[in-house]
Amino acid sequence: MRQEEFEERYSEQWKNFETQINLVEAIKLNKSKGENKLTDFADNYRHLCYCLALARERHYSPLLINRLEALAFRGHQSFYQKRLGIFQNIFHFILHGFPRAVREQARFFWTATGLFYLPLIVVFLLTLVFPDLIYMIVDPQMVSTMESMYDPAAERFGTERSSDSDFYMFGHYIKNNIGIAFQTFAGGILLTLGSQFFLLFNGFLFGAIAGHIHNIGYNETFFSFVIGHGAFELTGIVISGAAGLMLGWAVLSPGVYTRKQALVNAGRAAIQLVYGAIFLLLIAAFVEAFWSSTRMVSAETKYWVGSAFWLIVVCYFTFLGRPRSVKKSGSKYGS
Amino acid sequence: MLDTTREIEVPEGVELSLAVAGLVSRSLAFMIDLMVRWAVLAAVASIIGYLGTFGGGLFLIIVFVVEWFYPVLFEVFNHGQTIGKKSMGIMVINDDGTPIDWSSSIVRNLLRFADFLPAFFGFGVLSMLINKDFKRLGDLAAGTLVVHKRKLNQPELKFEEEGIAPKIPLTLAEQSAIISFAERSSLMSESRANELASYLRPWVDQDQTKPNVDNTALSIKRLAKWLRGHQ
Repeated sequence: MRQEEFEERYSEQWKNFETQINLVEAIKLNKSKGENKLTDFADNYRHLCYCLALARERHYSPLLINRLEALAFRGHQSFYQKRLGIFQNIFHFILHGFPRAVREQARFFWTATGLFYLPLIVVFLLTLVFPDLIYMIVDPQMVSTMESMYDPAAERFGTERSSDSDFYMFGHYIKNNIGIAFQTFAGGILLTLGSQFFLLFNGFLFGAIAGHIHNIGYNETFFSFVIGHGAFELTGIVISGAAGLMLGWAVLSPGVYTRKQALVNAGRAAIQLVYGAIFLLLIAAFVEAFWSSTRMVSAETKYWVGSAFWLIVVCYFTFLGRPRSVKKSGSKYGS
Repeated sequence: MLDTTREIEVPEGVELSLAVAGLVSRSLAFMIDLMVRWAVLAAVASIIGYLGTFGGGLFLIIVFVVEWFYPVLFEVFNHGQTIGKKSMGIMVINDDGTPIDWSSSIVRNLLRFADFLPAFFGFGVLSMLINKDFKRLGDLAAGTLVVHKRKLNQPELKFEEEGIAPKIPLTLAEQSAIISFAERSSLMSESRANELASYLRPWVDQDQTKPNVDNTALSIKRLAKWLRGHQ
């Protein structure tokens, strides 16, 4: 068949298909209703691919092939797009997906936990024994800022912060803490080194500061402040570190896959943990800005509530997202 | 072929060839995006300045969102194109040619931080130069690809003469070569065009009537016009 005849015979169909693609792209953008005009989209698409293959096989002009290929690419993009229903899935993810994902990656979670809490504890104890250690780890100016922040005698602590500045701190915590979590995650692709660095570094820092605060006796203001949001914040950082370790480990030890494919697989699994870490850190920022800093409740209440937060976090990761009991699912397929 | 195209086979059994975007166009797109982001933040800051401390907190949240999620939102909702990518005519897609989804976009954009290390996108540039698809680390982990968006409006062939049909059927590669020669011949001198075309003289000018006039280039352009006419 000559090219003119070929085009004459099919160009009407190609035009129709193009209008259908335009319609799909419009629906994706503003949800205007036009689904009823999309009957036979799949058939049309398959037919277009058939035409493209024919045109290539028969060496028709490059321009025609180019045009058909462009149309096929748009059809491909319209037809095979993934469902974007992330907002519907958020609820399900928080209740089931996230704790399950963390348990599935228990190896990385516990490694990250160790990388953060071990140096924290060691440096905390060392600082108790050698108080000057703090100045080797933390900048002296930062130390004095810390001291004035948690000074129980400070005038500022007597007065209640306005809700305006609470909100300012909320924004500050979101920008800083989630930013740190993202960096901890991203650094992991460098053979896990970046994640390790951020976990260790923050462990050292926190341990040294906690030790120093204990040395100078500001325990109550500091620990009652930290315990509440710490449950969410520290867990969030550890989990984003675990996600980063997954990336680097996929490159180091790809198993049966190629390194490239292992990395893509790890990325897909790791991003689940990052979503969860964002969720935890948003809670942390909220608690830190509006609860931890409030002076209206006593330190004792904060210890109780803070401990409850820790318990909730532990239970959340231990119990949620478990499959229903075997008995139930068994009866489903039973008689 | 020595070319930066990447073939993607789709389930319908045909291959789509996509032109992978290189370092320069991607860097330029990034710079444009950077400026857009700064402009947006400056505009937001000047408005929000009236809201006092509360506005300060709001501003920090907006900075956070713009810093990390500006590309994500554009890529997911704007057919894989941020403003910079759109102005450079490039788009980001999944490795299998499907539109980029939330997870892939978030992975590739969070990992921009690792690409930036140790300074000025050192690892990212290194990775792009080593990789045959110009992927930075974020693209590797997310399984994404940045490609040139196909342009359909090709330059007109401006000359008077009628097209002539080739005497023998030509393969696709041969047709492409002839058409792109015709398109590019306006960018070179006439003698250079004829020099290049002279390799084909025996084939084109079989019935050369005026042996002293070298019009092989013109003959090829006329062939191209005929081939183009059949689109």
